[in-house]
Parts: sequence; C-alpha cells; structure tokens
Amino acid sequence: MPDAHIALIYAHPYAEQSLANRELLASIDDLTFVTRRSLYDLYPDFDIDVEAEQRVLAAADLIVLQHPVYWYSMPALLKLWIDDVFALGWAYGKGGTALVGKSVQWVVTTGGDVRAYTSDGPHGHPFDVFIAPVRQTSLFCGMHWLDPLIVHDAHNDREHVAEVGQRYRERLIGFAKQKPPTEFGNTHKATGTALLSTAIASPSP
Amino acid sequence: MSDLLIYLAAAVIAVPIAKRLGLGSVLGYLIAGFVIGPWNLRLITDVQSIAQISEFGVVLMLFLIGLELDLEELWKLRGAVFIGGGVQLGATGVLLSVGLIALGLAWPAATIAGFALAMSSTAIGMQVMEERNMTSTPAGRSAFAILLFQDIAAIPLIALVPLVAQVLGVGSRDAHAQPVWLSALIAVAAIASVIVGGRYLVRPILRIVAKADVREVFTAFALLLVVGIAELMSLAGLSMALGAFIAGVVLASSEYRRALETDIAPFKGLLLGLFFIGVGMSIDFGEVLARPAFLALLVAGLIAIKFAVLVVIAKPLGVARRQRLAFGALLGQGGEFAFVVFSVASAARVLDGQWVPLLTAAVAVSMAATPIVLIAADKLVARVARRERAADVIDERASVIIAGFGRYGQVVARTLNAAGYPVIVLDHDPDQIELLRRFGSKVFYGDATRLDLLEAAGARDAALLVIAIDDVDDSMQLARAVTEAFPDLRILARARNVRHWLELHELGIQQVERETFESALRTGRSALEALGVRPYEARRIADRFRRSTLRTLEAMLPEFRDERRAVARVRSGRDELEKMLTDDRSRRDAEHGAGWGQTADGSSH
Repeated sequence: MPDAHIALIYAHPYAEQSLANRELLASIDDLTFVTRRSLYDLYPDFDIDVEAEQRVLAAADLIVLQHPVYWYSMPALLKLWIDDVFALGWAYGKGGTALVGKSVQWVVTTGGDVRAYTSDGPHGHPFDVFIAPVRQTSLFCGMHWLDPLIVHDAHNDREHVAEVGQRYRERLIGFAKQKPPTEFGNTHKATGTALLSTAIASPSP
Repeated sequence: MSDLLIYLAAAVIAVPIAKRLGLGSVLGYLIAGFVIGPWNLRLITDVQSIAQISEFGVVLMLFLIGLELDLEELWKLRGAVFIGGGVQLGATGVLLSVGLIALGLAWPAATIAGFALAMSSTAIGMQVMEERNMTSTPAGRSAFAILLFQDIAAIPLIALVPLVAQVLGVGSRDAHAQPVWLSALIAVAAIASVIVGGRYLVRPILRIVAKADVREVFTAFALLLVVGIAELMSLAGLSMALGAFIAGVVLASSEYRRALETDIAPFKGLLLGLFFIGVGMSIDFGEVLARPAFLALLVAGLIAIKFAVLVVIAKPLGVARRQRLAFGALLGQGGEFAFVVFSVASAARVLDGQWVPLLTAAVAVSMAATPIVLIAADKLVARVARRERAADVIDERASVIIAGFGRYGQVVARTLNAAGYPVIVLDHDPDQIELLRRFGSKVFYGDATRLDLLEAAGARDAALLVIAIDDVDDSMQLARAVTEAFPDLRILARARNVRHWLELHELGIQQVERETFESALRTGRSALEALGVRPYEARRIADRFRRSTLRTLEAMLPEFRDERRAVARVRSGRDELEKMLTDDRSRRDAEHGAGWGQTADGSSH
C-alpha cells in the first residue's frame, strides 16, 4: 500500500442532489488511503472543530478540495473552514508552517458550460480567473498546486463527468504511489489552461 | 351590625400596621382582638359571639390545604410526615406533659394538654412560609409534613378527651353515649361518604353549577360544599376540619380545583382573621395580671421545648443549616388545635377551669411571639453567617443578573462565566446555594421576585436581567415588576410554554425562549438524520420550522386571549409551514443546475 495519505475535503450543501459530485466521489470510493471529510455532514451548524480538522490536514500529503462552484467561489461552509482551519501561526504567519510541502488538488463542478465562461459569455471571464483565489491560498500556505479538475456543465454532460471521474481516480492513485507531481494538462476542450504544479517557497506576509 | 363594624375596622387598622412593622398579619389580628376585647377597650364583651363563624375559617383553611395537597408529593414526603411528624409530636408532647406535671397538673390532664400544646399553628406556619418563599425548600416541605401530621393527629387527640373523662369519672356522663365500636363505624362511614360523594356526586354537580356561569352561585356552592361536609363530620362526631381536608384532597384532581381555590380563598382569609381576633379577645387579662410570672414561664417553656425539639430533628429531615433556627421558630408556637382541645377538655372537666385561661393565653402569646422569635432567629443566623463569610449581602456588582438558578439559569450562568463575564445569581433554594457556592459560583439567597433584592443586586446599573425562574406566576410577577420599576433594563426570559411566551412578549420583552423548544427541535433534527436526511438538510428544515413557529406566535400576540382565534391561527400557521417546506423543496429541485448558462434575462449563449 502507498505511504502517502490523502485528505478529501468535500463541501456540498445538497449532496444528494448533485449527480456530478456523487459520481466523482463514487469513482474514488474504494481508495482506502483517502480520508473523506464531508463538511456539510460534519458541521451542519457551521461549528467547525478546528483542532480535528487540523489534525486531519497535518496527517495528509495531499489535500483535495472538492465542491461545486457557488457564485464564482466555494460553498459558504468551505470558505469558513478555510478561514478557521488555516489559522495564523498554524498555516501562515509566524510559525505557521503546518501545510508547507503538501499538495492541493482542486476538484470543482460548474453549472455553466464552457461557452458561459468566456469574456463575452454571461460570466464575463474565462474560468481561470476564478481559479486564482484558491490557487493563491494554497501557494500562500506553502503548498504545491496541482492542475485542477474542472467539470463544466455538470448537470448535463454526463459523459464528461465520467471522464473526469476516471482522471480523478488515476491522479489520486498516482499521487499515493508517490509519483512525482507531473504536469497534468487540463485537457478540457475550451478551458485549456495548463497550470504548472508550482512549488512556492514559504510565504512571507 | 356594629360588632361587624368593629371587627372589620380593627382588622383594617391593625393588620397593615403589624405588617409594616414586619410582624405578619396573624399577629395583627391577635392584637386587634386583644385591643377591642373585654380586657381593653371593651368594644366587644361577648367573646363567644364570633367563635362559631370564625372556627369555620380553620375548616376552610384545611379544605384549601387539601385542595393544594399533591398526593404524589405526600407519598414522597411520607417519611417526613410520619417519622418527622411523629417524632416531633411525640417528643414535644412527652416533654411538655412532664413539664406540666412538674407544675402541678394531674397526669391525665397534663398529657392531653401537653400534646395539644405540641401542635403548631398551621395558619401561622403556612403564612410565614409563603411570605418567605420557603414552601419549596426542604425546610418548607418538612414543616408542611409536620403540620400535616399534626392535623391528622389532632383528630384522635380530641376524640381522646371524653375517654379520659370517663376514666377519671369526671364530666357529665352522657346518657346517649355510644359504644366505641359504633362511633368508629359511624366515623368510617362518614369519611367514606365524603370520599365517594366527592368523587361521584360533587363533580357532576360542580359541572352543572359551573355551566350556569353565574360566578356567585359557584362561590355559594363551594361554600355550601364545605359547610355541608363540616356539618356531616360534626354529626358523625368527627373533626369538621378533617372532613374538609379530605374533601379538599378528593377534589384536588378535579378540573375545578383552581376555581374552588380562588373562590374560597378570600373567605378563608377573612374568617381566619376573625378567628385570630377571637383568640386575641379571649386572652384573659385578669388571669394574666394575676400570675404574670407563671404565664411567662409557661410561654418560655412552651417555646423553648418546641423550638429545641424542632432544631434537633431539622438535621435528619434535611433542612439546610442556615434555615434550622427559622424552622424551629416557624413551628415553635402553640396552634389553633390547642384552643379546640382546651375548650373540649374544659367542657369535659378534664382540665381544671383555672388552667384553661392560662394555657390559652400561653398559646396566644406564643403565637404572637412567633414573628419576634423568627426575627431573632434571622438575626442570629445572619450574625453567624456574616462571621463565616459575607453571605446574602450582595456586594458583587456584575452586569448580568440571573434570577433563578435551576437547570436553566445554570447553563446561562456557566456560558457567561466561560466567556469571562461575572454574573449575580439569585435563588431561594438554600440547598442549591450552598452546593453552588462550594463550587465557586456567586449565588445569593433571596426571593428574586422581590424588587428590593433586585435593586440591591444592582438592577439599576445592570446591562441584563435573565429571568430563568421555572414558576410561571413568579416569572410573570417579576417581569411585570421589573418592566415597571426598571424600564431601561434589558430582559431575557425563559418561557415555560406558548402562553407564557405570549404573556412575556405582551410586556414588551423581546428575547424570550421557550425552555424545551430548542432541545426538542434538536431531537427532531436527529430523528430526520436517523431517517436518512442529510444533517445540513435536517438543519435547514429545523431552521424553517423555528422561523415559521415564531412567525405564528408573533401573529398570535394581538389576539391570543381569544382562544378560538388563537387555535385558528395555529392551524393556519401549520398549513403555511407545510406549503413553505414543499415550495422550498420543489424550488430547489427546479433551480438545481438551471440558469447558469444564461444571463439574467434568460438569453442563452
């Protein structure tokens, strides 16, 4: 069995309604080295147990953030989770080195299709723009940013969901086997942004 | 008519003065009687004129005690009633009898008088306990248990007098004297008829009378009921008071309990007042003047022996240390039953005519002395307490006052403490206080519904008052008093139920929590989760339910005193909630995934 450990932070307020996210989860369901934290099931009252969450992260080599995109960002509980868990002196600032050297895998689903995320589409920007905050958060805490897995038009494009699910699974297994984080080109037709997995030195405010 | 004028005027003048002086209303009545009686102003010379009607006050009182008696509570108190009451009456009775023999009374008479004197005054005891809010404390419960035992024991004691007379061969031999077994049979039959009649006859009649919806007729029937039972009992040769007590117990479980209580209470108060006026009048000043030292000895001996026995048994009865002296003072006087026993014994010539006025005077004086003994006991306790630690003198100034320190107030206080906010807690259960003090909480003894205590606690400068009292009446009383006296003080309140919630809101108190609502809602959520609903979804349902019920309650506010409309309001609120939940669900289903590929005007890209 692989030595690496993976923490999956999953945030979906209405998880039972999300076909795409359910299918993505199903594709990695049997991976025993993945610790799944379903935030809306754990903390329906938003009373996050910060110490417990930090313990899970400390034990992980790879942190997966999986959620649907809500208003160009993440569901509220995941944002609160980052606000509380990535604490001063723990994740950043003086002595805040707990996350340094870990990797982050972002897995998101969107309702709009690829054409909606263009400068003349309804969302006015390519999706890359919305990647930036999550990516920068990871980099700021000294983590490696892996190429995100993005499912557009998650409600309709079932084929695409299955395809990303397969890549999701392969990537987690690959990471667990301690393959060096390689460049995963985002092969999705239109987004087409190949983000380098970048290791940034420890953050300084 | 002029007699009535004198009685009423004397009561109206003397009672408020006595209360003002902190002596209590009973002493006020006694003084009033003493002043207008044959030995002072001589406004009334015929002491017997009100005896009959005023004794009925005692009967009504026992009827009310029966009505208010919780049989479950009695069963819980059975140890205190039979052991506590038995030890108190037995020990006190024996000691007093020995004392009377030593003073020269023959032993049969001394025994009867001794046990009669061992009885305490239910009227004074209950009244003082209510005034001091002691009824729910261990001291109050034990005192009540002892009084209850005495009430029961008084019956055989009174019945014993004629037997003693027969043994002694004194008194008028009654030609119609019945054999003992017949008397016993009649007595049992009478009591049985009160129980059966109360259950199967009186209740239907009460229902019919209540339906007539004429208030005074209901009152008349209530009085008729008690008079009738008293008459029946007296025909059967039993104590009227015992019959009334049993009838009260039988009717306590009926739906008219509160109505009977409120209708009879004023009569009881007034007639009991007359009874005490009568006692005051009957103090034979001639005898007292003739042998003042002897009377003083009797009074001192009576109070000392009763007080000592009570203080000794207080500990095993579980009375808090700080309340033991008050407990002794509370029941340390002679009681109403002594007057009855003395008059019966005097009539049967068991008790020497010379002794009767002296003993009666001793009991009356001991009753009169109760408030003074109580004040002395309080002073003593306060002095000891002050030496031990500054108790009950509220020297803490905190911004939050919590009234009531039961399960509810404790959580509130601990939450505030955990956040570093000091609180002042007021509670009237001394046991609770001792325990909590030991664990470092700042708790003060006192009736939180008293405004002066709140003022001492700093209600004027406090940022918050939390009303966490469990008793609805006390809570409302406090809320009313505080909103009036400290209109700027912010109040958070605990509500027992919807009606209480509405009443508190009606006073303008905005933050009211129904005490079990949140925890029940939490269990509802857990139930949903157990049925497979996702935790967050369950929370949303509970949140919506809370909001909807709150809205329903707020809508009820202007008209909740109109029951029919309130019921309709609740029903429509329930329908609204159901519609809201369904709408919510179908909207979410429809919304899900839709619209993200379009601009706001719906044009597709």
